[in-house]
Amino acid sequence: MSNAWRWSRVTWFTKIFFVLLLAGVALPVLPSDQLAEIKSRGVLLWGADAEGGAPYVYPDPDKPERMIGFESELADAIAARLGVKAKMVQNQWDQLIPALGGGNFDIILNGLEITPDVQQQVAMTEPYYVYTQQIVTRRESGVPTTMTELKGKAVGVQSSSVAQRLLEKMGGTDLRIYPGNVESFRDLKAHRIDAVLLDLPIAIFYAKPDAELQFSGAPFAPGYYAIGVPKEDTMLLAALNQAIHDLAADGTLERIDRKYNVWDERQAQLKDYIPTAVAQTKAISTLREWPKYLPRLLSGAVVTVKISVLAMLLAVVVGLVIVLMRLYGIAPLRWAAAIYVEVMRGTPLLIQLFLIYYGLPQIGIRLPASFAAILGLGLNYAASESENYRAGIQAIPKGQMEASQALGMSQWQCLRHVILPQAFRLVIPPVTNDFIAMFKDSSIVSVITMVELTKVYGMLAMSTYDYIGLGIMTAGIYFALSYPASLFAQWLERRLAHDRR
Amino acid sequence: MIVVEKLVKSYNANRVLHGIDHAQPRGQTVVLIGPSGCGKSTFLRCLNQLEIADSGRITIGDVTIDGGRAPRNATERERQRQLRMRSGMVFQQFNLFPHLSVLQNVIVAPIVVKGVAEAEAEALSRGLLAKVGLENKADAYPGQLSGGQQQRVAIARALAMQPDVMLFDEPTSALDPELRDEVLRVMRQLAEEGMTMIVVTHEMQFARDAADHVLFFDGGHVAESGPPEQIFSDPKHERTRDFLRRVTTR
Repeated sequence: MSNAWRWSRVTWFTKIFFVLLLAGVALPVLPSDQLAEIKSRGVLLWGADAEGGAPYVYPDPDKPERMIGFESELADAIAARLGVKAKMVQNQWDQLIPALGGGNFDIILNGLEITPDVQQQVAMTEPYYVYTQQIVTRRESGVPTTMTELKGKAVGVQSSSVAQRLLEKMGGTDLRIYPGNVESFRDLKAHRIDAVLLDLPIAIFYAKPDAELQFSGAPFAPGYYAIGVPKEDTMLLAALNQAIHDLAADGTLERIDRKYNVWDERQAQLKDYIPTAVAQTKAISTLREWPKYLPRLLSGAVVTVKISVLAMLLAVVVGLVIVLMRLYGIAPLRWAAAIYVEVMRGTPLLIQLFLIYYGLPQIGIRLPASFAAILGLGLNYAASESENYRAGIQAIPKGQMEASQALGMSQWQCLRHVILPQAFRLVIPPVTNDFIAMFKDSSIVSVITMVELTKVYGMLAMSTYDYIGLGIMTAGIYFALSYPASLFAQWLERRLAHDRR
Repeated sequence: MIVVEKLVKSYNANRVLHGIDHAQPRGQTVVLIGPSGCGKSTFLRCLNQLEIADSGRITIGDVTIDGGRAPRNATERERQRQLRMRSGMVFQQFNLFPHLSVLQNVIVAPIVVKGVAEAEAEALSRGLLAKVGLENKADAYPGQLSGGQQQRVAIARALAMQPDVMLFDEPTSALDPELRDEVLRVMRQLAEEGMTMIVVTHEMQFARDAADHVLFFDGGHVAESGPPEQIFSDPKHERTRDFLRRVTTR
C-alpha cells in the first residue's frame, strides 16, 4: 500500500524532471537568430570597458554620461547599417569573452585582437583596425627601444592583452600586470617600472601628450582588431562583415579614426586581411592536466600566504597598540585611536590600497607592491582587530582589575598579567575569523600588480577558458590552507579554556 | 595601625559616608555591621583606594593618603601603591584570576609587584595554601574549585603580599550556607594569630566570637561602636536594636 503510493509519487517527480531536462536540452539547440532578435528589439548591445578606455570608448569629459571614442562611433555606424541603435554594456575588459557567453550583450567591440586563442572562443568579423605594439618609457631614458631590449626590465602590461602574451612568450622580463593602462603609466612615472608595452592607440591617447613620457622605438607586431560574435550567430556575423566592409569602402572608418587621431598608413592593410581557418582544438580540461596547472596555482598561493600572514601579524600588533591607546591612553591618544578605527572601517580597502600604492608616490614615498599590499591589508585589519580586542577586554569582569589593584599591581601589570591573557582567549574566534577573511580578501591586492592565487587563477582561466576546473583547484587550495587555521584556533581555544569545568 | 579621619565619600549628589573617624590598634579585629547601603563596603573600598574619598585622611602603618583626588603623578601613584600593599583585600565574589592555577594566583603579585624570586614566592605560597587547607589544590584552576575553596585561595592570595591589614568585604555572602564555615574558620584562625582585620559581614556569630570591636554603620555614620558583648547584649541605640532584632530572628 505505502509502497505503491511512494512509487506513484516518484514517477510524478520523475515526469517533471524529464520535462525540465528536455526543455533544458532543447532550448540551446533551437535555431537562434540573434540578428532577428536585435532588429526586433531595435538595439544592438555591444560589450566594452570604458574604464581607462580612451580612445576606444570613454566618457565624454564635457558630458560624462555620454560615451565617445572611435569604437563608440564605429558601433553607432554599424548599428545604423543594421537599422538599429547601439547601446554599450559596461564589462571589465579581461572578462568580455566569458560575459559574451553569458548573454549580457550581443557582440564584443573593444580592441579584441584576432588571435587563435580568441577564435577558439568566439567568431571574429573582418577587422576594422590594424594595431601595433608600442614601447613607452620615461623621457630621459634612452632604452629599451625593441622587444629584446625589454629583457631584464620591469615592464607593465594590461591584464590579458597582446602585450602580456608577447612578453610571456619571449620570457626574461619582470612582467607587471595591471588592471588598466592608466595605472601602468603612473607606476612608470613613479620609477617602479622601466617601460610599458601596449597597443598604439592607447599610447597615442595617454602617453603622447604626457611630457614625462616618450615613445621608445618604432611600433611593431601589427595585428587586427575585430568584433567578437557568439559562434552560433552566423547571420549576425555576416551582417556585421557587410557593415564593416561598407564603412571601410565609403570612408566612414577613416573619418572616425582620424577624428580620434588613430589613423595611420597601416590601415591600408585592412583590405589585405585573409581569414585563416582556425582548427578547433579540443577544450582543455585543466583538472585532467593538473600537473601542468597546479604548480602555477601553488606559486600564487605562496604569495597569498606570505601577504596575508605578514599583514595579519601587522594587524594584530597595531590593533593592540590602538586598543590600549583607546582604552587606557590620555585624551588625545583616545581620540586618535577612535578616529583611526572609524576611518579605516568606514572607507573601502580598495581605495586605501590605491592611496598607499599610487597616491603616496606623489608625495615622494614609493613602496614596492608587496610592501604596499601588506601595509594596506594590515592597517585596514588593525582597526577591526582593535575592535575585537576592545570587546574582549571589556568582557573581563571589573573585579579582575580591582583584585589586581588591591594586590598593588600597576595598571600595566594588571593588563599584562591579568586582563590581556584572559581577553586573548576570548578574541581567538573573531581574530581567526578575520584572518580567514583576510586570507581570501587578499586577492584584492592584484589591483596593485601582486600576482597572488586568485590572479593566477584569472590568468590561467583566461588562456584556457576552463573556469570550472581551475575554479575547483583554486577553491581547493584556499580551503586546504584556511581550514587548518581554523582547526588550530579551535585547538588553542580549547587549550586555554581553564575557567570552564 | 589604622587611623581614619573625617572620611567623606559621595556618588554624585548622594553622600554615602558622612565623615567617618576610626582608629584601630595592631592585632585587632574590627567587624562592621549594618543594613544594606549603609556605607560599610564603601568605607572598606576607600581604605585601599578602590574608591577615592572626597575628603578625609587615611593612615595604614606608615603611609598616609589624603582624599580629594586620584593620584596624578608618579610620587602619588607610588604612595597609593604602598598603601595598597599594606592591605590585603578579600572580595565577596572572590575575583580569582581564572586563567591562572591556584598556585599562580597566589604567587603572581609577590613576583610581579614586589619582585620576589619565583622559588621563594612559591615556598611562601605553598605554605599559605597549607594554612587555608588547600595545599593539594595548587595545580587546580579556580573554575574547578567550590566557592568556599575559591574564597580560601583568595585569602591566601591576599596574605601572600604579607599585608599589615586584611580587609574582608562580605567574604561569605556569595557562598552557600554549608560552605561558609570553612571560610570563617580560616578568618578566625587569622584573628587569633594576631592579624589586624576589618571585616564587613552579616555573620553575627562571627562578629560575636571573633571581633575585638564592632562598628554599627547606619546611613553613612558610625551609629554605635563598642566591644561585641556590649553591642549584642546591650545596644544603646534604637536603630542598632532594630537591626539586631531583624538579623537574629531571620
